[in-house]
Amino acid sequence: MDRIPILKVGDCLLVTIQVDMHDELAMSLQEDLTSQIAKYASRGVLIDISSLEIVDSFIGRMLANIAAMSRVLDAQTVLTGMQPAVAITLVELGMALPGIKTALNVERGMELLKAYLNQDVEPEETEIDGAQE
Amino acid sequence: MALKSETMPIATSADVVKVRQLVRQWATELKFSLVDQTKLVTAASELARNTLEHGGGGTVFASVVEEGARRGVKLTFDDKGPGIANLELALRDGYTTGGGMGLGLSGSKRLVNDFEIKSEPGRGTTVTIIRWK
Repeated sequence: MDRIPILKVGDCLLVTIQVDMHDELAMSLQEDLTSQIAKYASRGVLIDISSLEIVDSFIGRMLANIAAMSRVLDAQTVLTGMQPAVAITLVELGMALPGIKTALNVERGMELLKAYLNQDVEPEETEIDGAQE
Repeated sequence: MALKSETMPIATSADVVKVRQLVRQWATELKFSLVDQTKLVTAASELARNTLEHGGGGTVFASVVEEGARRGVKLTFDDKGPGIANLELALRDGYTTGGGMGLGLSGSKRLVNDFEIKSEPGRGTTVTIIRWK
């Protein structure tokens, strides 16, 4: 069975979906991506869907799942390049993909990820006032 | 009056992809706008997947129909699966039995002009849609 290639770019993973995906292919992408995030300790995932001519509820759910799973694995997902006709259809279908960051194209998506990775996120300090010295 | 027609099996997820491709081709031939093409192909994808997942497979009868001056693509999805006991509930946004988002039926209804569903528990389900140019 063919698979969708995943490219490692620094601490990000890059996926370009260029085929009309059948369901098993979408499922295998979900598995491949999560295992690669864990393997490379990736902090960001960029998925470009500019060649996708439709996104139905199955593919939409798969994309939402990838974003959620990545978040749990401490990686941020950005979806780029959705065609306007696809966006119109997806919203009418009832799927606005809440919780997924999007960018108009790969370039802006990479900027968004870089901004996310470069921000100084200070780990929340646990207050231990009065703890023993 | 049907100008042309074709019957396709829906037995695997690769068949769902083939249904999408046929519908896309016909919608292009009828010079549907890109948004209309995308809506019709997305609806076809949702319903073909329903036939596969819930109906245990079946067929789609696709035709190009003419009514007066207008032309459209008509698709009839037919399965001999368990059927739907409560159609009103099944057509409601967010109602699901398959672990999905419950947008398949209600969402695809919004994406087409004509939508008709017939189902008999134990006998199967038939969904007919038309998108006019």
